[in-house]
Amino acid sequence: MAAPLVWLAVTGCRQDMHDQPRYEAQEESRFFEDRRASRPLPEGALARGFLRQDTKFYQGKDGDQMVKEFPLPVTAALLARGQERYNIYCSPCHGQTGDGNGMIPSRGAKHPPSYHLDRLREAPVGYFYDVITNGFGAMYDYSAQIQDPQDRWAIVAYIRVLQRSRYAPETDAPAEERNRLGPPPAKPVVPAATTGAAQ
Amino acid sequence: MPQIFHRSANIYSKASIVGGVLFAGLALTLILTISRSSYATQQNVNRDQPVPFSHAHHVGGMGLDCRYCHNSVEISSSANVPPTKTCMNCHSMVWNESPTLEPVRASFRTNESIAWTRVHDLPDYVYFNHSIHVNKGVGCQTCHGQVDRMALMAQHSPLTMEWCLDCHRQPERYVRKREDVFRMDYVPPSNQLELGKQLVAEYKIAKTENLTSCSTCHR
Repeated sequence: MAAPLVWLAVTGCRQDMHDQPRYEAQEESRFFEDRRASRPLPEGALARGFLRQDTKFYQGKDGDQMVKEFPLPVTAALLARGQERYNIYCSPCHGQTGDGNGMIPSRGAKHPPSYHLDRLREAPVGYFYDVITNGFGAMYDYSAQIQDPQDRWAIVAYIRVLQRSRYAPETDAPAEERNRLGPPPAKPVVPAATTGAAQ
Repeated sequence: MPQIFHRSANIYSKASIVGGVLFAGLALTLILTISRSSYATQQNVNRDQPVPFSHAHHVGGMGLDCRYCHNSVEISSSANVPPTKTCMNCHSMVWNESPTLEPVRASFRTNESIAWTRVHDLPDYVYFNHSIHVNKGVGCQTCHGQVDRMALMAQHSPLTMEWCLDCHRQPERYVRKREDVFRMDYVPPSNQLELGKQLVAEYKIAKTENLTSCSTCHR
């Protein structure tokens, strides 16, 4: 009776199968000097078949000029993707409406400029792509966090949506939505608290 | 030939039969209990970290999406621990003189990794892939719990094989819509089973016999 238990006690502690002699992502390595099992890519390394020759798409530039047209079709799916990615990676600082009043600036970070400034409303789309890819001022680059260039373009497209949203004429909305909104208020809206007191 | 054992030895032999069975049962219970205890599974044990990073503050307080830092979770088997630069996106400006964050700044200056303590570590004979789980509607919260309320990270689930199989046998009890996967305030609807069955079909989640096949997780 005791023998199997002793056997279990002795052999049960071996973790060889748990910790096999292979690396998992981000594990510590005793072999490499920087102790990283996940090896950093040498600068300029490219995966075979992924040479990024299309500078309009991969850098947002045509020669020295920032591209003014999207280098990919802007579809509803791209905008939806852009909205999702924008809310993950950009809204913490730029705010969900793009006015630069995100949560992080409210805690002491530098306020990013609002997308609704004339300067940025007139900036070419390539400019936004370039800032995401290479950073600008206090903003570090997001090329590692937003790895897929298509996602960066999706975000740029969504920034254009945000910019449009502040200046969109009423006629932009489909008729049924316009009916739902009703006529524009003639006078400034009376604060809710005042109407409550009047009743 | 005289008897070797005295008559009273009979009681010992009878007792040892009963005792043996009881002892084996006790030993088995003990082994199974210990292997499921948090001592063995490290469930709900807070780990010390080189920097006391708080998910409660960053997710619950600041409202950051899981993917802001764990940006590979949708496309890779591992949900990456972010590089120091991700911390510095904000902490070059916010709390940028805090002594608590000195290891982060030091790591950024010297390009040496911060040696975070690993919290979730599956045995090497298990091949787990994050991307397929989040893309098929398994919420972060389902396995990792209310991370948005954890000051120091702890492993919410036991990560035992029976725990994995619980969901692989009946995924319809747990899956949610893709757009809800990263939500931390999600509460399963009252018609979870109905919704689950619909999502299992819609997301083409494999049949139970495939999900519970040995080679699905052990290859």
